[in-house]
Amino acid sequence: MAFVNWLKRRFVVIAGLLTLGYLLLPNIVVTVFSFNKPKGRFNYQWQAFSMDAWKDPCGVADMCGSLSLSLQIAVWATVGATALGTMIAFALVRYRFRARGTVSSLIFLPMAMPEVVMAASLLTLFLNMGAQLGFWTILIAHIMFCLSFVVVAVKARVMSMDPRLEQAAQDLYAGPVQTFVRVTLPIAAPGIAAGAMLAFALSFDDFIITNFNAGSTVTFPMFVWGSAQRGTPVQINVIGTAMFVIAVLLVLGSMAIGRRRTRQKA
Amino acid sequence: MAAVTEAPAPPATQQTRPPRRRGRFTPYWLLLPGILWLVVFFALPMIYQASTSVQTGSLEQGYKVTWHFATYWHALSEYWPQFVRSVLYAASATILCLLLGYPLAYLIAFRAGRWRNLIMILVIAPFFTSFLIRTLAWKTILADGGPVVGALNTLHVLDVTNWLGWTAGDRVLATPMAVVCGLTYNFLPFMILPLYTSLERIDPRLHEAAGDLYAKPFTTFRKVTFPLSMPGVVSGTLLTFIPAAGDYVNADLLGSTDTRMVGNVIQTQFLRILDYPTAAALSFILMAAILAMITTYIRKSGTEDLV
Repeated sequence: MAFVNWLKRRFVVIAGLLTLGYLLLPNIVVTVFSFNKPKGRFNYQWQAFSMDAWKDPCGVADMCGSLSLSLQIAVWATVGATALGTMIAFALVRYRFRARGTVSSLIFLPMAMPEVVMAASLLTLFLNMGAQLGFWTILIAHIMFCLSFVVVAVKARVMSMDPRLEQAAQDLYAGPVQTFVRVTLPIAAPGIAAGAMLAFALSFDDFIITNFNAGSTVTFPMFVWGSAQRGTPVQINVIGTAMFVIAVLLVLGSMAIGRRRTRQKA
Repeated sequence: MAAVTEAPAPPATQQTRPPRRRGRFTPYWLLLPGILWLVVFFALPMIYQASTSVQTGSLEQGYKVTWHFATYWHALSEYWPQFVRSVLYAASATILCLLLGYPLAYLIAFRAGRWRNLIMILVIAPFFTSFLIRTLAWKTILADGGPVVGALNTLHVLDVTNWLGWTAGDRVLATPMAVVCGLTYNFLPFMILPLYTSLERIDPRLHEAAGDLYAKPFTTFRKVTFPLSMPGVVSGTLLTFIPAAGDYVNADLLGSTDTRMVGNVIQTQFLRILDYPTAAALSFILMAAILAMITTYIRKSGTEDLV
């Protein structure tokens, strides 16, 4: 009975931690199996400990090439989507204009559309235009689906900005450009950064839309997909582990910076 | 999603800006490039796809718009099992996400204390790791004769799931259960983050007030916490259901030919069989079905300000 009571009191904590375990289990498996020495092609069963894959992460043909291609696309998609998205967000928050509702729903729709539908329709357009599928079609597609997410992230931040700060700057004879660069942009920066981070993660990890619009170009997710049929090399687990560790460190780092900033302000 | 986890926004300030005379066209210049991009690469493709779905012809001789609506009938009569499956799998995954995600979101919002940031990072970090690699890891976890399947067998869970048709024999991989498990896993963060943002806005003093009025913890949850977290529940279910219904990665990697979803059919028709009209009709039906479901759902739940 005491145990049941204890379980009742701790229900949220136990259930929550179990879910967290469910979320992290694949990451743990990926890490553990990056030290495996598989027999045959398939790395699904534990055989023996080995550091081979870690010593030579690029030892698989074409894998690191696809990785660098994915990074390039993600960087350019982030730049494009962040620039276009930030402009839209400012227009939506700061101005009243006609067609505001239409614009808002045009922003919302890509997020409410299953990826296959967008992927297939974009391919129809490219086929009709006779476009050569590859780097540029992938980049176009990625900017398209990242755009809305950037708008939402930046909008949230700009909405909570005090417009009086900009009025104050103008009262102190700052020109429109000066006001924007010295006042508006720094305050909006966290929202823009969040949008950019999101765009990067979405683009780097996208498989469904890329698969339709890549032609014979192979990004990293497409390499992983292809290798799943032939047998995944251990090196893929090494990359997966490294990505997880880097992501955790980056988020920890940005949090530390954010905390120092707020402390300085206080 | 990272945006959702940003620190709570400071209270919105009253919008007291003077009417601007200068720059009446500024908003349009700001909107132009981005909206043009969305019109050309999002809206226009939809129109192209609509036209493709009523075309007939062949790859060699070219396609012509013949208003051949029979393609829709063909697509529905041929592939209705995959449609039903998509809705069923996506709905089960969404319900599971809600059941699994709620306690974790609640834990982060009210109970985590100084562990809050760490747990939050562990929820977001998988986003930055390739989801394909993580989905492949489920093959190892659910492997035939592996510890998970062994445990389920010993606990006689598999007997029940076999009877329900979720699993087959001594295996979990290549069955509906594996696909739903993968879908749940893949879209769980999309449930947790909106739930967390709406739970975090709740004033914890309301819990104390409910307690002072002699509400038991569960009553407090049922009458205070859960209703106040409804916006999070609505946007969370949408964010998990929509992508799950269109997904084909989980069904392909963890399932078998008996677990194919609409996404798989669209992908095969488009990229392998090259039957563009059927593929276009299928994705149009999927889109229409999902838009219809969203609108009714949002109406029913009464939260219109989701975006």
